[in-house]
Amino acid sequence: MEYQFKTAEEVINLCKKHKISISELAKRYESERSGKSTANVRERMKRTRDVMYEAIQKGIKSNERSKMGMVGGDAKKIYKHINSTSKIMGNKVTLRAMAYATAVGEQNACMRRIVAFPTAGGSGVVPGVLFSCSEHFKAGKRKLLKGMFCASAVGLIIAEGATLSAAKGGCQAEVGAAVAMSAAGLTEMRGGTPEQCFHAAAIALKSYLGLACDPLGGLVEVPCIKRNAIGCMAAIGASDMVICGVTSFIPFDEVVQAMNNIAEIMSPKLRETALGGLAVTKTGNMIKRKLGLKVTTEL
Amino acid sequence: MSEDLSIFDIAGPVMVGPSSSHTAGACKIGQFARALFHATPTEVVFYLHGSFGEVYKGHATDRALLGGVMKFQTSDPRIRDAFEIAKEKNLKYEFIVKDLGENAHPNTVKIVLKNENSKMSVTGSSIGGGMIEITKVDNFDVLLHGRAGKYLSLVAQLDHNDECLLNFQKHINKLEDISVAAIDKSDFKKKTLAVISLEGRRIKLSEVIELEKLEGVDFVRSLSKLETQ
Ligand code: SF4
Repeated sequence: MEYQFKTAEEVINLCKKHKISISELAKRYESERSGKSTANVRERMKRTRDVMYEAIQKGIKSNERSKMGMVGGDAKKIYKHINSTSKIMGNKVTLRAMAYATAVGEQNACMRRIVAFPTAGGSGVVPGVLFSCSEHFKAGKRKLLKGMFCASAVGLIIAEGATLSAAKGGCQAEVGAAVAMSAAGLTEMRGGTPEQCFHAAAIALKSYLGLACDPLGGLVEVPCIKRNAIGCMAAIGASDMVICGVTSFIPFDEVVQAMNNIAEIMSPKLRETALGGLAVTKTGNMIKRKLGLKVTTEL
Repeated sequence: MSEDLSIFDIAGPVMVGPSSSHTAGACKIGQFARALFHATPTEVVFYLHGSFGEVYKGHATDRALLGGVMKFQTSDPRIRDAFEIAKEKNLKYEFIVKDLGENAHPNTVKIVLKNENSKMSVTGSSIGGGMIEITKVDNFDVLLHGRAGKYLSLVAQLDHNDECLLNFQKHINKLEDISVAAIDKSDFKKKTLAVISLEGRRIKLSEVIELEKLEGVDFVRSLSKLETQ
C-alpha cells in the first residue's frame, strides 16, 4: 500500500515523494483502498459536488422554515446583497460563502438532501468556502474537486487522530473540523503547497478547539447554521494568512492531538446532549419546553 | 477509529437532514435491526439511551429509526413521513427513553422487534458521521460495523465454521461485477453472524435467494445503500 496515510506528516512525506498535491494523494488513497480507478473515484466526487450544488441553489431561494420555526430564509436574505457590497464590510467572496453555508444548513434543518461533509451539522462550511471561492477564481469545476479532495484528506486525519462526532468531541469536531478542512482545501485551490495547506488547517482548527456543542433543544439549527456561516470567514482568513507567509507555530498533527485531549475532558453536557451552554439559556429552555423536553438547568 | 476510512466517509454520505449521527446513523441501525430480524415486524419498540434519549425528537431520530426498520435508505425523503407510513403499514411503534448502562456509547438504541411468531432485540450505536456499530443481538455481545452510505451490505447467519463462510464468500465472488470489500463476523448462539460489505452493483433478489440456499446458511438479507452516490 503506497498511498495510505493517517497523519499530516505522512501526507506531506507522500506528497514530496511522489511530487503530487494533497488532492491527488487523496484520490490515489481512495483508489488504492477500494480497488477502483482514480477516474471512478473522481466521478463519485463529482456526484457529491452536484448534490452540494443542488442544496446551495435550493437554499438561497428558499423561504421554508424548520419545523420549530427557529431557522429559515436567512440564506436568501444574505444572497440578495451579493451585489451591494458597498453596504457590506466583508467582500463578495465572504458574503457569498456565508450565503451558501447558510443555504446548506437551512436545507439540512428542513430535512432536505445534503452531503454530510464531514457531518450534517458542519455541512455548510466546505461548500460555502469552496463554491464561493471557485466562483471568484472563475475556476470551473475541476479546481473545486481539488479543494474537495484536499478537504477530505484533512477530515480523514482528524477522524483518525481525534473524532468527527459531536457526541464525543463537541462542536470543535463538527464545525471546527469543517473549518480546518475548508481552509486547507481553499489553500490548495489557490496553489498552496501541502505544507501551506496544513498550516492553514492548523491555524483554523486552533481557533475552534474546545467549542461546545450546545444546540437549542438538541436541534441542528441554533447556533449551528450561523456557526457554519461564520466558520467560512475563519477558513478564508486562515488561508489568506498563510498565503501572506504566516505559518502555524504548532504542527497540524499536534493540534489534532490537542483536540482529542479536549474531547476526552469535555463535559458530556457540552457534547450534543443539550444540557449546557446555549441550550440551557432562557431562550434555550423555552425551546425545550416547546419540545416537551426536561428543563434541567436555569441560568 | 481503527478500520481504514474512505475519503467518502468524510465527503459524505448524501443524506436527508438534519444529523449524520442522529438521523442517517439512526436510519442505518434501523435497517440492520430489520435485516437481522429477517421477517416483517408488526410491532417495534425503541429504547433510546444518552444523547439519543435527550434529543431524538429534534433530530428526527425517531422518524429515521422507524424509516430504517421499514427499509428506507438514509437519503430517502420519505423519512420525513415515517410515522404516517408506519400507520398505513399497520406497524405499531413506541419510543422509550432508557439508560442502557455506563458502557453504552452516548448515541445508542435498543430496538425490540416483534411479530406473532418471533421477537428479537438489537442494540446499536451511531458513532459519528453516519457510521454505526451493532453491539448486541438478543443477549449476545457482537460487534458489526456499518456505514450509512458506502457499501451495500449483506447480513447473514451461518453455521459456525470457517469453511461455511469461505464457501459463502466464494459464491459471492462468482457474481459478476460484485466484490467483497470487508467482512465482519461475530459469534452468535453457536452460529456466526456476518456483515459482508459489497462493492460494485446492487445485488439482485434472485441472487440473494440463491445464496440463502447454500448449505449451512440460515438467512441472508441485503441492506440498502445510498442510490445517489
Ligand atoms: S452545535 Fe452541535 S449540533 Fe450544532 S453544529 Fe455544532 S456540533 Fe453540530
